[in-house]
Amino acid sequence: MQSFSERYEAEVLNFDREQAAEHICETMRELLRSKLRKRGLVVAVSGGIDSSVSAALAVRAIGPKKCFFMQLPEVDSAEDTQSRSSQLIQHLGVESTQHNIASTLEAIGCYDARDEAIKKTFPEYTDGWKNKIVIKGGIDGQVNHFMLVVQDPSGNLQEKRLDLREYLQIVAATNYKQRIRKTIEYYHADRLNYAVVGTPNRLEYDQGFFVKNGDGSADVKPIAHLYKTQVYALAKHLGLPDSICDAIPTTDTYSLPQGQDEFYFALPYQEMDKALWAHNHGATAEELAEMLGISEDQAKFVKQDIDNKRKTTHYLHAKPYLIDPIAELNL
Amino acid sequence: MSAEAQIRNYILENYLFTDDQSALDSGDSFLDKGILDSTGILEVIYFLEDEFSIKVEDTEMVPENLDSVNNIVAFIGRKSQ
Repeated sequence: MQSFSERYEAEVLNFDREQAAEHICETMRELLRSKLRKRGLVVAVSGGIDSSVSAALAVRAIGPKKCFFMQLPEVDSAEDTQSRSSQLIQHLGVESTQHNIASTLEAIGCYDARDEAIKKTFPEYTDGWKNKIVIKGGIDGQVNHFMLVVQDPSGNLQEKRLDLREYLQIVAATNYKQRIRKTIEYYHADRLNYAVVGTPNRLEYDQGFFVKNGDGSADVKPIAHLYKTQVYALAKHLGLPDSICDAIPTTDTYSLPQGQDEFYFALPYQEMDKALWAHNHGATAEELAEMLGISEDQAKFVKQDIDNKRKTTHYLHAKPYLIDPIAELNL
Repeated sequence: MSAEAQIRNYILENYLFTDDQSALDSGDSFLDKGILDSTGILEVIYFLEDEFSIKVEDTEMVPENLDSVNNIVAFIGRKSQ
């Protein structure tokens, strides 16, 4: 009998890239035709792997002339993500716009609300300092909790556990970024009569790593069924520039560099892909431990963390609940 | 009011939106029964630190201490010794 590692390699790593790409493109064309009834696709490109692959698939599905791309940076966006998104736009030959959302975020109070909460934890925090949130607990069997990391202008790092109120305020404030971006995406979609492409991979979609009515909002999500490892493979298959194929995933939301595994997932994405796949295919903690080279206890906690995140973020996926259904709408 | 009654009432009022004491057994697992998610547990920690003047350390943030009324009562008892 094949081990889980062997099955993962055969079913996930060695998937048929051309068939996967063609299936996505055909389905997107069919959705545009019969469900969405829109003339094209808008994609906000961050320079990350997911939006780059989604954008390339959109172009492959309906051609560059029916796509419109946006770059939506703000003050905490890393420079390299912007240069990568510019490279992608040039590579795919699609009309695009750049709209810096910093002044909108400033006006709505995003940065002030975030900094107010940070100062309750680090009163000395001020202009020129950087910040990020780091998750702790999942792989140690603890309740997930959050550390605030700040860096002063001379580079000194400090870390403290965030009180719940401050954590919620920082996240609520930074969620403005995803929600303002989505407002602009829908402006262009409405203007052009296009549909909006959402860009989560399977790990993000399954585990609820998105902002409701922010990056979670879209008309079609072409790579939500693909593990992150597969998205990287597809990037190479589609011939995207090396700088994009080799990009390390970050949230690009906080001013200090922040890996997705620091903020949300219990493990780096390569291991999280394996864990999610194995958990979905009935692996025991012992089998997962062997696959990942971690202890059985840690594997048990990772499996619990996957289930907990599904429960915690279920409402992010849900449509608004009605008291009584409206049967005539057939939704 | 006993610690158990305080915690029970907090959970009933804030998570179950009821004053019906039969809606919660003191041994019920908050996570298994879907009463609390991990953010809910963090709210409970905030409540405990505020109400019982204790500091919950990172290493103490485990289900054995926080996942039921009984577990919390025992945990607070140990912290107060």
